[in-house]
Amino acid sequence: MDSVRSDRNGASSRIPVALKILIAGGFGAGKTTMVGSVSEIRPLQTEEVLTGVEGADDTGGVEGKTTTTVTMDFGRITITEDLQLYLFGTPGQDRFWFLWDELSQGALGAVVLADTRRLADCFPSIDYFEQRGTPFVVAVNCFESEQRFGADAVSRALDLDPGVPVVLFDAREPHGARNVLIELVEYVARRQLASAASR
Amino acid sequence: MPADLPRAHDWLDHDAGPVVRPYAMTQGRVAPEGGEFDLVAFVVATAGEDPAGAALQPEHHAIVAASWEPISVVELASALDLSIGVVRVLLGDLRSAGLISLYEPPAASQPHDVDVLKAVVNGLRAL
Repeated sequence: MDSVRSDRNGASSRIPVALKILIAGGFGAGKTTMVGSVSEIRPLQTEEVLTGVEGADDTGGVEGKTTTTVTMDFGRITITEDLQLYLFGTPGQDRFWFLWDELSQGALGAVVLADTRRLADCFPSIDYFEQRGTPFVVAVNCFESEQRFGADAVSRALDLDPGVPVVLFDAREPHGARNVLIELVEYVARRQLASAASR
Repeated sequence: MPADLPRAHDWLDHDAGPVVRPYAMTQGRVAPEGGEFDLVAFVVATAGEDPAGAALQPEHHAIVAASWEPISVVELASALDLSIGVVRVLLGDLRSAGLISLYEPPAASQPHDVDVLKAVVNGLRAL
């Protein structure tokens, strides 16, 4: 899994293991905030200013957001010297679907951010990960401690498979985002153990 | 594109971004030689000499300079402020010239090791 290289001076530097986690969700659900709140380096911000062009994102309910992610945000968490976690904020618009295939290849799992004001926005992400068999958790971003629905209600509304975790959190708090990631990794480990046991 | 184009040059400000199109520095090539580079593949400079006739550009040298320690493809793109696609083409050139080694991540079909997952959880808890 990990490899060692030697350069001509005889010194060796180990090649770290890198794991990918995708952060998905509808426009304005808090993907950028979440990646930025837990990662060491500034996300690769490639946002463009929203214009009034027809076909642009519908900003109803999320007024005040004037940019949209055009490629991706990325952040890195160093677990140990040999183990790194990469977070990728998936592009929020349909015309960037092609980027998702590459991002989800070999990914550990995904976090689908849900905004209960616009729950339907995360349907495409959920469909996508269900179809690809990518493990995911749904994280309900509670802006300004507003919590209109419980985890069970969200799970029912999204018609999630039993066992898919739903977490309520605040994307702006480092521990909030961190706890969502822990929930995801533990869920992936549970699935792995269950599939190993059923073999 | 809207029919009424903006007045000449009023888009050439700081927000206009690079004036040179990204793929100009790859001479229009959009695919790297010798296959793809995963986003989280690691690149390491090999300390080889520039081969004669490799025609390296400043961006090639910047990549080599940034990869004395193992660095992932996505971080190279971020650090050098180049698009992923451009970095991949340049990495293909450098690999052909023998100036970098590439370490691809384990195959996508391989399940993640549960011990690694436990290490990740512990690491996240310690943040």
